[in-house]
Amino acid sequence: MNLLATIGASLSARVDRAGYVLNLLVRAVGYLPRLGRRWRFLLDTAFNAGVRSLPVTMVVAAFAGAILAMQTGIELRRFGDTAVLGTITALSMCREMGPFITAVILAATVGSSIAAELGTMQVSDEIAALEVMSVDPVDYLVLPRVVAMAIMCPTLTVLSNLVGIYGGSVIAEHNLGVSSSLYWLSAREALTSSATLLPKEVYVGLLKAVVFGIAIATVSCAAGLRASGGALGVGLAVQAAVRNSVILIIVLGFIVTWFFYFLAG
Amino acid sequence: MIELQDVHKRLGGRQILDGLTLSVPQGMTFVLMGPSGTGKSVTLKHIIGILRPDSGSVQVDGQEVPRMDRAQLMALRKRMGYLFQNGALINWLSVAANVALPLQEHSKLGKGEVDDRVHEVLRLVGMDHAAKQMPPDISGGMKLRAGLARALVTNPEYVLYDEPNAGLDPIISQQIHELIVEVRDRLGVTSLIVTHSRACAVHCGDRIGVLEHGRIAVQGTVAEMTHSDHPLARAFLGGGAD
Repeated sequence: MNLLATIGASLSARVDRAGYVLNLLVRAVGYLPRLGRRWRFLLDTAFNAGVRSLPVTMVVAAFAGAILAMQTGIELRRFGDTAVLGTITALSMCREMGPFITAVILAATVGSSIAAELGTMQVSDEIAALEVMSVDPVDYLVLPRVVAMAIMCPTLTVLSNLVGIYGGSVIAEHNLGVSSSLYWLSAREALTSSATLLPKEVYVGLLKAVVFGIAIATVSCAAGLRASGGALGVGLAVQAAVRNSVILIIVLGFIVTWFFYFLAG
Repeated sequence: MIELQDVHKRLGGRQILDGLTLSVPQGMTFVLMGPSGTGKSVTLKHIIGILRPDSGSVQVDGQEVPRMDRAQLMALRKRMGYLFQNGALINWLSVAANVALPLQEHSKLGKGEVDDRVHEVLRLVGMDHAAKQMPPDISGGMKLRAGLARALVTNPEYVLYDEPNAGLDPIISQQIHELIVEVRDRLGVTSLIVTHSRACAVHCGDRIGVLEHGRIAVQGTVAEMTHSDHPLARAFLGGGAD
């Protein structure tokens, strides 16, 4: 009975947290018409998020592209079909690896920073001070961060994709004997041979990046706004923000892929 | 007028307020004292509508605060100033930007008018020289004065002070007390001060109440309280207090 009660309480707390995050997002969306008042703060947040994450994202993306090309190339070489290495690397980066890597790094850098900042504001009464001044923290603090991340995550993803494809080309040329021109030709064909401007993989990848950006910002803001108990509480908020963001990135990534490739064809 | 009737509030498994009844008539400065954890700050948060009571009535000018919707709460808060323990300034905004924030968010004043009003209240609290400084670069006393300027910038009818001299040395504390009195005399605001400080209570208060176990155990005018035989009044306001 005790075990059941514990499981019930834990489940209830999780549902409560999920409800809070959803509610926060809905309220933030409700303030979208007021976004014009926050443009300066929005630009600051977007710039900080981009600059802070750019170097590490690029390094990781380059290595991810290289690993992808290496692993795929080893198998393709067995079948004598390394000519399609550029295609596979480009499409995999755009659809899956680019958005995923970028989002995980943004969760670790920007998400943790958002949770720490808002958590510190919460425990030092700054959030209460905003409420007392009739300034809704969702409008003032959450909305600009959500929009900034919804812009920066796809922007960084595009750069990650390019750097990742380049990382793959280095491996292709030096370790797998695929000429650079063949690799890039194959990659370019994969990314342009479509009835639409760009292939589905690119659109799906960018959509994922937008969804990831919104999820990271909302989850991190929620963790910060619910912080309590001084420095320890802020630490726990940061931990929760990064952990929950990474879990959501994986789950949402699966859902988006499943929707576009299995449900909607 | 601020009126609380039989207010009960439970937080974190503890009964914080347990039948609190309190009345602050227009123009009065009421000082709320009491041991830590007896619900002094919680009382202020009920009045400003950050917390809702489990039961009981919290009224400001006859309007029931817990029943207010968001728009009504916003309207009420525009008529109230609230000074937090440490000033609670937004860290990334300068002192002037902090003070300007309520006006920028809610008034239709132009930039010039906002600037004039900000410097007017900063002069009132003796902080005009530090308008461009950032909160991490100023002392605790300056943060409090900036916080008070922010609380006063909208010309509130009520000002709630949460431990206005916590952690300050006696000289700065005295300056804050004088400021509270000046604000009362010049602006005619109704005030509720939460403090542990005898000097603050005696200097600033018209009436003093001491909380114990979530309700007022003893209250009276400053003269009545300083001469009271009640153990709590003696503990907080007797000669050895402060």
